[in-house]
Amino acid sequence: MIKVTYVAHDGSRTDAEGELGDTVMSLAINQGIDGIIGECGGSMMCATCHCYVDEAWVGATGPRLDGEEDMLESAASEVNERSRLSCQIKLTEEMDGLVVHLPEEQV
Amino acid sequence: MSKGHVVIVGAGQGGFQAAMSLRQEGHEGPITLIGGEPGLPYQRPPLSKAFLKTGEAEKLALRPQSFFDAKNITLQVSTWVDAIDRTAGQVRIGSKVMAYDHLILATGTRNLRPPIPGIERALDLRTLEDARTLRAALSRPCRIAVIGGGFIGLEFAAVAAGLGHSVAVAEAAPRLMARAVSPEMSERFRLLHETLGTELHLGNGVTEVNERGLLLKDGTEIAADLVLLAAGVCPNVKLAHDCGLEVKNGIVVDETLRTSDRQIYALGDCAAFPCARSGRLIRLESVQAATDHARAIAKSIVKGESAHYSALPWFWSDQHDLKLQIAGLADPQDESLELPDGTILRFCSDALTAVETVNNAKAHMHARRSLNSGSSPSKTQYLEEYLGMAVR
Repeated sequence: MIKVTYVAHDGSRTDAEGELGDTVMSLAINQGIDGIIGECGGSMMCATCHCYVDEAWVGATGPRLDGEEDMLESAASEVNERSRLSCQIKLTEEMDGLVVHLPEEQV
Repeated sequence: MSKGHVVIVGAGQGGFQAAMSLRQEGHEGPITLIGGEPGLPYQRPPLSKAFLKTGEAEKLALRPQSFFDAKNITLQVSTWVDAIDRTAGQVRIGSKVMAYDHLILATGTRNLRPPIPGIERALDLRTLEDARTLRAALSRPCRIAVIGGGFIGLEFAAVAAGLGHSVAVAEAAPRLMARAVSPEMSERFRLLHETLGTELHLGNGVTEVNERGLLLKDGTEIAADLVLLAAGVCPNVKLAHDCGLEVKNGIVVDETLRTSDRQIYALGDCAAFPCARSGRLIRLESVQAATDHARAIAKSIVKGESAHYSALPWFWSDQHDLKLQIAGLADPQDESLELPDGTILRFCSDALTAVETVNNAKAHMHARRSLNSGSSPSKTQYLEEYLGMAVR
């Protein structure tokens, strides 16, 4: 199991346990975490699964994938250098303990 | 504050989104989401794509049961509404009735079954159950014939060809996806599918489905063990029609997505709504329309706002390694202009109506922003802007 902590905009934290191959988005949806919508189901057609990777975890999650940058331009909340589409972060063993912060709005 | 009972008929992506958005907007009253299929509401787009390869049904659920419990949304699955009594403000389910203060019709579409002899032999690809059946059939080598060269038929054909099956597609129109894309884009996908080894029969409708496969208009026979029918859909309008609501290729709604009955809305694939750009009544089959309609309706119910719906349509289709993205809405006869990078612009009397791209998220998002900004840019304006972007 790979533990991921989602920190909502108001600071509240929710822990979830995912498996290899889950994405940060799909895990959030399966756990009913509010701050992630994932409207297009991970097809990179929207930016409603925007998250900010915690500074300590930027190395483990790696750089943005092809096309992600362009979709992030339409994110509802501010985009910074730690912004990712959570549907594009596939969980690996190295991400056990991952912390992501959620934006104020997704739409 | 809105406290009434909202009943949503149809638990697809639009119906589900309406329930979720109502809670997000602060609706305090009860919400009942009624779906005809068994199980949790799920995403349909992957059924013709990833699901056929992975078979991971659990990944399709839009939200787990715990979400519905936590949000106090009553989910009634395997349930069909039989009638709407507008005078009483009730829906009837078998011998029971359920009162509503607001009713949202999210009944979606069903597969069009053209009156072709033997058509009952053809399988559908619309529900999770359909996709499971097809996936099981794909587990051994077979000859596949697809009726219809639209998004669904071609997505399925690409997956099947990729898995090593022999695939043929018969399309009555002279080109692929003719309703949705430019002739240039149709051509590009024709080349893709031919490269994948798929046999394309264009401008050659199916006249018979039999135990050997398909018979086409020009007499060609296509040998097939499995026939998929993907020749379009028709909206589920019977409930609306039977209770006297206007129906015209969909349940007719106004700019605020209300039917002629102020308590009843319609959304997504089953709704015929006025296009904010052309004013014409249109019906869209897309996740975008379903979810944007749902959010607008939730706002209207909770906040009492009746802003005119004007969200920009967008679509996508994944076929093999090509991701087709369309921003905007073009008529089949709109002009097209192909740019050196492969982007195709569509125009109607010099105003940009849609932008088609392949594997180019940047150009797609640029188009969405540009078309969303109110008035449609002209050909010159857009080209200047676009070339400027390419230079940067």
